[in-house]
Amino acid sequence: MTSTADYSEKIPNNVDLHEDRRLQRALESWQPNFLSWWESMGPTLPTQDVYLRTAVNVGREGWAHFGHVPMKDYRWGVFLAERDPDRRVAFGQHKGEPAWQKVPGEYRAALQRLIVIQGDTEPASVEQQRNLGATAPSLYDLRNLFQVNVEEGRHLWAMVYLLHAYFGREGREEAEQLLHRNSGSEESPRILGAFNEETPDWLSFFMFTYFTDRDGKYQLGTLKESAFDPLSRTCEFMLKEEAHHMFVGTTGIDRVVERTVQLMIEHDTDDVGPYGGIPLNVLQKYLNFHYSVSLDLFGSETSTNVANYFTAGLKGRWSEERRRDDHLLTDDSIMVDAVVDGRIGQNEVAALVGLNTDLRREYIGDCQNGVNRWNRILEDAGMPQRLRLPHVAFNRKVGAFSGIEATPGGEMISADEWERRKGAWLPTEFDKTHVRSLMRPVHERGKIAAWIAPPRQGINGKPFDYDYVHLA
Amino acid sequence: MTATASSPRPPGHAPPEGRPAPPMPVDFQTHPSRYRHWRLAFDGPVATLTMDVDEQGGLVPGYELKLNSYDLGVDIELYDAVQRLRFEHPEVRTVVVTGGKEKVFCAGANIRMLAAASHAWKVNFCKFTNETRNGIEDASAHSGQTYIAALNGTASGGGYELALACEHIMLVDDRSSAVSLPELPLLGVLPGTGGLTRVVDKRHVRRDIADYFSTRSEGVSGRKAVQWRLVDEAVPRSRWEETVAERAAEFAGRSTRPAGGSGIELPPLAKTRTAERIAYRYVTAALDRERGCAEITLLGPDTGVPAGVHERGAGFWSLALARELDDLILDLRTNETELGTWVLRTRGDAERVLAHDALLLEHRDDDWPANEIVLYLKRTLKRLDVTSRSLIALIEPGSCFAGSLLEVALAADRSFQLSGVFEDADPDAEPAAITVGPMNLGPLPMGNDLTRLATRFHGDAGALAAVEKRAGEPLSAEEAERLGLVTFAPDDIDWADEVRIAIEERASFNPDALTGLEANYRFAGPETIETKIFGRLSAWQNWIFYRPNASGPDGALRKFGTGRRADFDHKRV
Repeated sequence: MTSTADYSEKIPNNVDLHEDRRLQRALESWQPNFLSWWESMGPTLPTQDVYLRTAVNVGREGWAHFGHVPMKDYRWGVFLAERDPDRRVAFGQHKGEPAWQKVPGEYRAALQRLIVIQGDTEPASVEQQRNLGATAPSLYDLRNLFQVNVEEGRHLWAMVYLLHAYFGREGREEAEQLLHRNSGSEESPRILGAFNEETPDWLSFFMFTYFTDRDGKYQLGTLKESAFDPLSRTCEFMLKEEAHHMFVGTTGIDRVVERTVQLMIEHDTDDVGPYGGIPLNVLQKYLNFHYSVSLDLFGSETSTNVANYFTAGLKGRWSEERRRDDHLLTDDSIMVDAVVDGRIGQNEVAALVGLNTDLRREYIGDCQNGVNRWNRILEDAGMPQRLRLPHVAFNRKVGAFSGIEATPGGEMISADEWERRKGAWLPTEFDKTHVRSLMRPVHERGKIAAWIAPPRQGINGKPFDYDYVHLA
Repeated sequence: MTATASSPRPPGHAPPEGRPAPPMPVDFQTHPSRYRHWRLAFDGPVATLTMDVDEQGGLVPGYELKLNSYDLGVDIELYDAVQRLRFEHPEVRTVVVTGGKEKVFCAGANIRMLAAASHAWKVNFCKFTNETRNGIEDASAHSGQTYIAALNGTASGGGYELALACEHIMLVDDRSSAVSLPELPLLGVLPGTGGLTRVVDKRHVRRDIADYFSTRSEGVSGRKAVQWRLVDEAVPRSRWEETVAERAAEFAGRSTRPAGGSGIELPPLAKTRTAERIAYRYVTAALDRERGCAEITLLGPDTGVPAGVHERGAGFWSLALARELDDLILDLRTNETELGTWVLRTRGDAERVLAHDALLLEHRDDDWPANEIVLYLKRTLKRLDVTSRSLIALIEPGSCFAGSLLEVALAADRSFQLSGVFEDADPDAEPAAITVGPMNLGPLPMGNDLTRLATRFHGDAGALAAVEKRAGEPLSAEEAERLGLVTFAPDDIDWADEVRIAIEERASFNPDALTGLEANYRFAGPETIETKIFGRLSAWQNWIFYRPNASGPDGALRKFGTGRRADFDHKRV
């Protein structure tokens, strides 16, 4: 048996791991299993070490501790945001009651399910992105990829911590299952469909971190409101790390746009493909795809499950406490997207059952910020072209619009027309082949691939040409 | 509206509807010296139990117990009498049940009482009365104390059902006294204490005749009642008393009850009751209203076994424990309807439990109290089986779930046995063990006539055999879990949370659905008269009770005695 001192050394934490027998026992079998999962399902590119940020405590200094670390020695920690001893439930039927420090038996099944679903997405993205190292456009980007990967790994730890600490034997079994389901596996795939697709190239990776990780941010944001305080505190801390993932996506696309604009000006053409760039219309298609599949992750427009979660206090709304309403929503209503009389329209439903819509709208507003930012690059360069978020009905497989086809502008079209025209809106084989053809690794210090501009700044004040990764 | 609003709200009769309330808590202990409704007389091997209900003696104000009709208070006395006859009167071999009124033996459960009572009260009342009637049959079948119904007047509804629980039914043939089950035609409900089942299953009345009989409010009398097997004999008034005496002597003569020996007096239980706790010598219950559960602890014997069962009288551990648990079950069921989960623990020496069991089984055939105590344990455990509460057994270090006490864990809906010990509280303790003993292998069957083990492993003879092979061995949590004797075997680290969550989760479910779920799972295997009564009959009856046709403002129960007709919704469901 590993001694207790070992754990605190290997697993930075602020949950008193050294004196928690339950956690120690659970981790005894889980930790080696996690490491072997990381070995077999984690990044495939062999490295000696990577300049990584490690959270060693939740304080201002501690949560962003940088240094070169061999990835297998990365110290995945368990951190919860500081506890507010006076925290109270902010919404639902338990509003005003002290936040729960233990899982109420009544909500065991629902809370466990929420945590398992969240937890399942974290290792999934590592699996989806495992081969990207081989085609990284620069050491800087390679390092960012690995940073995202180890932090997704840590987010898995965070969810596993909750399962281990609060859900007993069943929690341990569920934690184990998180390692046995694998992205894209025939036998035991990840729970959510979107997490079973491989991330095939770096443009997809940036889009994924911008759009899909942002879905994660919003899900975490609702769980941060949870009456179950350990879940709330865990998610609060995860959100800090999630911000970096979104930064990778936002600035990644920034840099692609920037490079495309350079090539457009340089060669005086929209079709920068032949010059080693990614044309704006291909960027738009990738955006269309990733945005629309991320909208699906929010589920149906109406959901009684989510209504129940809200009423029970398990899952709140985005920025719940900043909202100015009764936080009960029993008498309110909301307009939700729907097909009405054969047209794209809206229906009024009880606010409680429309919470998925509420969250999706928050998300859409946030996505628009990135688009604005990329358009500013175009505008500053004097370009008339603009990127756009497609209509909410476009390319949807879940919810009210799953049964219809619509253009990015929101015009309903027939299935035939969709088949004819979708190549103009979603990446075609041709587009994908082109993007893939650009994916050649650049693993030399200070160099970068031709399809993307270098970042304005390096990591943690280091220059772009810093040796962020030592390859094996 | 009657002025009861200021009294604490009892579970039985809810003040908001202006119903009078029973005295709370209802006490199930009584003594013949305090009976208001029954008389006991003894004549050698024959005891006569005369029902003579005090009209003004209802447990709850608001109704008169006319025509020898009964309420819970009347039945509490009947139960007490049946118990005392078995323990205090070894010489009694026949019990004649008869009436103390003119023309009427018993009119059954009091209708105004039923109409005013809450649904839960009615259901609990029926359950208790059923258990008493099953106990009467148990005495006839296993104690050599045969019950004879001497119906010296009309026996209707519950009155006839009481007779049906007896081995022999005599009806006075005076051209007016009848037996009847008029519930359906008069009240729009069913006979609630096993009448329908016993008419066909026990007395073998043909089903079409039974159907006709049960829709005839005036019932059947005289020779026709005999022909239809509703009674065993119709006796002319002139020869009534001598015939009853003759029959009583005959049955007494056939009894196998061992001759001689003095009775075991059943003294009042040393019981204390507060809002938070009910305590006896060997049984305690902490009433946790916040969590909606009662934490019940049964203590094992505090001494070794005496030389004979008689020696300690009612203080003999097995008997004392059965009496206390029996009273506790009745008390909690009636008075604590919001404690929906009973957590069952034991504490003591398993060897001593097994030694007491062994003494009882060794002398079952030659010393009547040994037999009586085993039968009483059986009946008390059956009460657990039909209790509409979630039962969770916690098997911890220091517990004594062995033999007769293991039955308590086997009666539970779920059981947890601690693997290892509580490291912080008592690291040196012996880990919890359970022991299968002879008491688990036959003497304490459930209502389905199978042992709890056989019911548990219904259809899996291999699993049952594997358990039987380990009889006598203390089994660790891991072994017990492997053998299927406990549900979960968490260790110290998981224990508190697993148990807490199980109890909290249980408390969050629909209690009605839980009752239904538990009742379905507790009785795997064949049907018996008892399982039909507690399953089929009770479920239908409870449904009917709840329907507007019976209990709505225009329902038959409410309209009875008003001179107005019930207004039925005629749609079949």
